[in-house]
Amino acid sequence: MNSRSTTHRAARWTLAAGAASLLLVAGCAATSSGSPSTSSPSMSSTSSSTAAGEVTIADTWVRATPGTDDPSMSAAFGVLTNHTDRQLTVVSATNSASDRTELHEMAMVDGAMVMRPISGGITIPAGGSTTLEPGGLHVMLLNLTTPIEPGDEVDLTLTLDDGSTVPFTAVAKEFAGANESYSPTSPMDSQMDMGSATSGHG
Amino acid sequence: MAERPGERPAASGPARVYSRRRLLVTSAAAALSGAAAAAVGVGIADAGSPGAAAPAAPDTREEDTVPFYGLHQAGVQTPAQSAAAFCAFDLHADVDAAALRRLLRLLSDDIARMSAGRAALADTAPELAAAPARLTVTVGFGPSLFDKVGLAAARPAGFADLPAFPTIDRLDPTYGGGDLLLQICADDALVVAHAQRMLFKDTRAFATARWTQRGFLPQRPAGQTGRNLMGQVDGTVNPRTDADFDRVVWSTGTGWFTGGTFLVFRRIRMELDTWDELDRSAMEAAIGRRLSTGAPLTGTAEHDEPDLDAVDATGLHAIADFAHLRLARGDGPAIQLLRRPYSYDDSPGADGASDVGQLFCAYQADIGAQFVPMQQRLAAGDLLNQWITPVGSAVFAIPPGCAPGGFLAEGMFS
Repeated sequence: MNSRSTTHRAARWTLAAGAASLLLVAGCAATSSGSPSTSSPSMSSTSSSTAAGEVTIADTWVRATPGTDDPSMSAAFGVLTNHTDRQLTVVSATNSASDRTELHEMAMVDGAMVMRPISGGITIPAGGSTTLEPGGLHVMLLNLTTPIEPGDEVDLTLTLDDGSTVPFTAVAKEFAGANESYSPTSPMDSQMDMGSATSGHG
Repeated sequence: MAERPGERPAASGPARVYSRRRLLVTSAAAALSGAAAAAVGVGIADAGSPGAAAPAAPDTREEDTVPFYGLHQAGVQTPAQSAAAFCAFDLHADVDAAALRRLLRLLSDDIARMSAGRAALADTAPELAAAPARLTVTVGFGPSLFDKVGLAAARPAGFADLPAFPTIDRLDPTYGGGDLLLQICADDALVVAHAQRMLFKDTRAFATARWTQRGFLPQRPAGQTGRNLMGQVDGTVNPRTDADFDRVVWSTGTGWFTGGTFLVFRRIRMELDTWDELDRSAMEAAIGRRLSTGAPLTGTAEHDEPDLDAVDATGLHAIADFAHLRLARGDGPAIQLLRRPYSYDDSPGADGASDVGQLFCAYQADIGAQFVPMQQRLAAGDLLNQWITPVGSAVFAIPPGCAPGGFLAEGMFS
């Protein structure tokens, strides 16, 4: 189980996420209503949450599709932070650009690293963070029918195991990596705990 | 930043933003110490935040950051950092106003993050963003940009390419023109290189790199004027106060460009091999200043006011009629534009001839009324023309700054 190193790195990212939120607050307070709030601040410091603020996500972005190996797929990334004292799990997601969204992990299958749906969802430790990043856990957008251009925004919503939701906006960025092949098979045994399921990829 | 003369965050409105931001940085530092974290969290909640309490960029010292947000873009009034890259791009043919808007939002977000010592989104080497070394990235538009994206009406009045200066110009298009400029400056060349790489990655879907020119300045105490590769103290007469900048540099008016400025960028090769043939008194006469101190030939200290009427023992002007200082000033006020130049030293040619000089950068409210008359006087009579040759030329409109939540040049789209 590699949760220690994952958590350590996640904590570092959390610091960045927090400041993004701070700056967003400053912006809201100081900016006149000249630009549509739906479009401008979200990309620089998206940090949405449930009504209770249990889980926030920051530094969100999605991979632009033009020029990628398979423009019908993309992935969204960010840093999830759990502000409660109990573990929470992202169990599903939706996105505004396509009708199919999956939660993915990276795994070694037959000697090759592939991405595949994660069994049991993406956990966020109590009071901790989980980073969604290229080469690691991510939200997969499938069945895309129109390109996601750099600078476009995609709206996503995560649903947690307690029924609450985390809506957020991700800005599209061109990204050379994240070309992992897709293995549409979940791990055989859903009883694997999260630590072993993500072992080696955090 | 406070210890650097000439630095100011912004004028009235955005100053509030700035001070608020400083407060947040301070709060962040306090939170890092541990005990204050809870209090910071409460303050955030009161302000309507989603509740993320952790501050960012914990390793970044405030003196290493130049605020991105403000009435004006950073990188103009900012005391010149020691390393710079000027990167010009041409927009792809299919880039329209909507695409340009997307690009500017991406760039603004990248710049805001990196200026604060935080990695840009999707940075594959985020560790390189941690110590920003006063990084500033200044975005500019060439005259050609506005028509290309269908925003001709947004081109600032009178903004156009420079007239030709045929007696001095030996322009190579390799070093001039461009639709879009990214001026990247920091006190650490690694920071400049990393920011450049990140910004190129986010620009390449919209534009093709046209030229990149890198420059440097001596490390020096704050407020001390730098020297160029001829050894001259260069940049003595410059705006210093906010009032100077308001009078000379910032565009006024009521349109979207208010608070912007205009950059004249000239790559000026120095013919150091022939310059070396002069003795020091001839070198000093060409400029009208002493090499040792930068003082005018009629004075003893750098900032002494030159006496343009003084005559020497021969009855000739002590500051010669052909002197750079005299011709630059003309009949106008001493401070006519902001000079923020960098030296360059590129690979020698195959024949061993040096390729060195200055990336001359002049910022002003009105190119036609400020730079052009000065350049015409210099082109006609400056003795220094024998040893300097303009080989690249470009002009860029530098849009005003933006507030948190906004993006550069957003007023152009409304």
